[in-house]
Amino acid sequence: MATIEDTERIRSAADTSRVMVEIRAMHKWFGAFHVLKNIDLRVTAGERIVICGPSGSGKSTLIRCINRLEVHQQGTIEVDGIELTRDVKNIEQIRSEVGMVFQHFNLFPHLTVLENCTLGPMWVRKMPKGEAEEIAQRYLERVQIPEQADKYPGQLSGGQQQRVAIARSLCMQPKIMLFDEPTSALDPEMIKEVLDTMLELAETGMTMLVVTHEMGFARRAADRVIFMDGGEIIEKNAPEPFFNDPRNERTKLFLSQILSH
Amino acid sequence: MSLPATATPTYPPGQHPDLPPPPGTAGVIGWLRANLFSSVFNTALTLVSVWLIYEFVTAAIDWFVLEAVWEAGSRVDCREQGDGACWAVIAIRLDQFVYGFYPADQRWRPVLTFVLLFPALAPVLFDRTPYRSQLLWFSLAYPAVGAWLIYGGLGLPVVDTDAYGGFLLTMILGVTGIVASLPLGILLALGRQSRLLAIRVLCVTFIEVVRGVPLITLLFIASTMLNYFLPPGTNFDLLIRVLIMVTLFAAAYLAEAVRGGLQALSRGQYEAADSLGLSYWKTTWLITLPQALKIAIPGMVNVFIGLYKDSTLVVIIGLLDPLGVARAVLADAKWNGLSNETYLFIALFFFLSCFAMSRYSLWLEGRLSVGDR
Repeated sequence: MATIEDTERIRSAADTSRVMVEIRAMHKWFGAFHVLKNIDLRVTAGERIVICGPSGSGKSTLIRCINRLEVHQQGTIEVDGIELTRDVKNIEQIRSEVGMVFQHFNLFPHLTVLENCTLGPMWVRKMPKGEAEEIAQRYLERVQIPEQADKYPGQLSGGQQQRVAIARSLCMQPKIMLFDEPTSALDPEMIKEVLDTMLELAETGMTMLVVTHEMGFARRAADRVIFMDGGEIIEKNAPEPFFNDPRNERTKLFLSQILSH
Repeated sequence: MSLPATATPTYPPGQHPDLPPPPGTAGVIGWLRANLFSSVFNTALTLVSVWLIYEFVTAAIDWFVLEAVWEAGSRVDCREQGDGACWAVIAIRLDQFVYGFYPADQRWRPVLTFVLLFPALAPVLFDRTPYRSQLLWFSLAYPAVGAWLIYGGLGLPVVDTDAYGGFLLTMILGVTGIVASLPLGILLALGRQSRLLAIRVLCVTFIEVVRGVPLITLLFIASTMLNYFLPPGTNFDLLIRVLIMVTLFAAAYLAEAVRGGLQALSRGQYEAADSLGLSYWKTTWLITLPQALKIAIPGMVNVFIGLYKDSTLVVIIGLLDPLGVARAVLADAKWNGLSNETYLFIALFFFLSCFAMSRYSLWLEGRLSVGDR
């Protein structure tokens, strides 16, 4: 079982050549609708990738394929060396190593904040309650809401709920974190606290794939920015050249639309 | 014309304090004024209503209590003593109403079973019961203990099921039906949403068939037809057969109530549980069922109350439930004509049980809504 020290070691600089996600020639359809077309993507340990694009471009579907909340129909996806197939054991194994933060938080409303955080470690990792609570407290401190541990999600603000959701994922000590538009459902004054938490996480060397429209975050934290449109990866590049010198016409149009204000 | 100057002082921006509401608009007086005496017509209506309620309540108290007769030998005797209710008919036949034909010297057994029901139920119903985890073991053992006490064997003389009657029979049918149908109903609801076609078809078929048939029909099947389908020579107890039918009937309805709860959950709950790596059964047990059952409480209690009251239908296939006892009592030449008293007494018993269930469910809903906004 991975301890905190283990995960820190996994994230250490020596491991950056390790491939965490490998997607090859992947296609997905919703019924007859071709949502993802020939996706190739390799993510190495510690990389932070921001995925942007107009709505309906398939960016959320792409990261949801990585923990098989969506099923791809063609091509391969490997996560930390394990291929995603129909094998349920493999899927549960991969999901326990891949954290996910949702647009609508999806906290469990009938459990306290602390119970939300200890559920995964206790029932998936078979960790004793005391140890799980200790880890949960530590991550709640890291997202700066240790004092809310005994409240229920419904008693917290949106920004606090999203930070709890991040802590809940981190308690599983995942190797990869997926963020699916984590700030899109938040009031403007709460976006910053969530982005700050994510920036802090990026600094620890976590492997992150983030679907977001927050271009400020992309500039500050991303190693690579990926632009998707119509189910295809149109352009990928480091943030500097991506924002200052986009090559594709569609990228230029998209950036001009979202950066014009 | 100028408006009168208001007494409210002005405050600088951002300094306005919270003020009390104007007098006569809040509290008891405010409520009375708004709801009972808001106009001349409403005031008249209020006064007439109060007079009607007074007339009705005093007449009821006279009939039920003040002029009622508690001891008498026959109906004629009753009528000579007073104009109110003749409760003597109940008093004389009380043992039958409660136990049916359960032998008098063995009646401590159902009484003990009933008393033990409370410590068995308490830890299940109330999460703050002292010594809850130890008591839950007793709850688990209770069905076997209860069955042994009432039926007998292992040192106790056997009392055959055709001697059970009255409220004892109602309690046996109600409690067993509720306890057995709950897990079955939950499994049916889960099965109906299963990804496996065979399980889904099986559950849907069961639910639709059982729901589409009147309970009376099922009871007749239990009492007559079932014997044709069983291998010759097997003859299991009528009460067991009825219990099975009542349970299956309630389970089909419960399944639909629970399904309503499951469908009220957002897909995000399933996705969040999946993304933590929880298996289907862990997700069901820890995440979806607790939330779905909470939403389904009103519907489930509805089914339970229905089942409890529908247990009186067994009178049709010859079991001696309270209505069966009533019928026997009213057929007695000394007492016939006292159906008001007899049926009101039975109604009171059912009302008290069902009202308790209803109150409990309201309490539970409140208790479980701590996390709600």
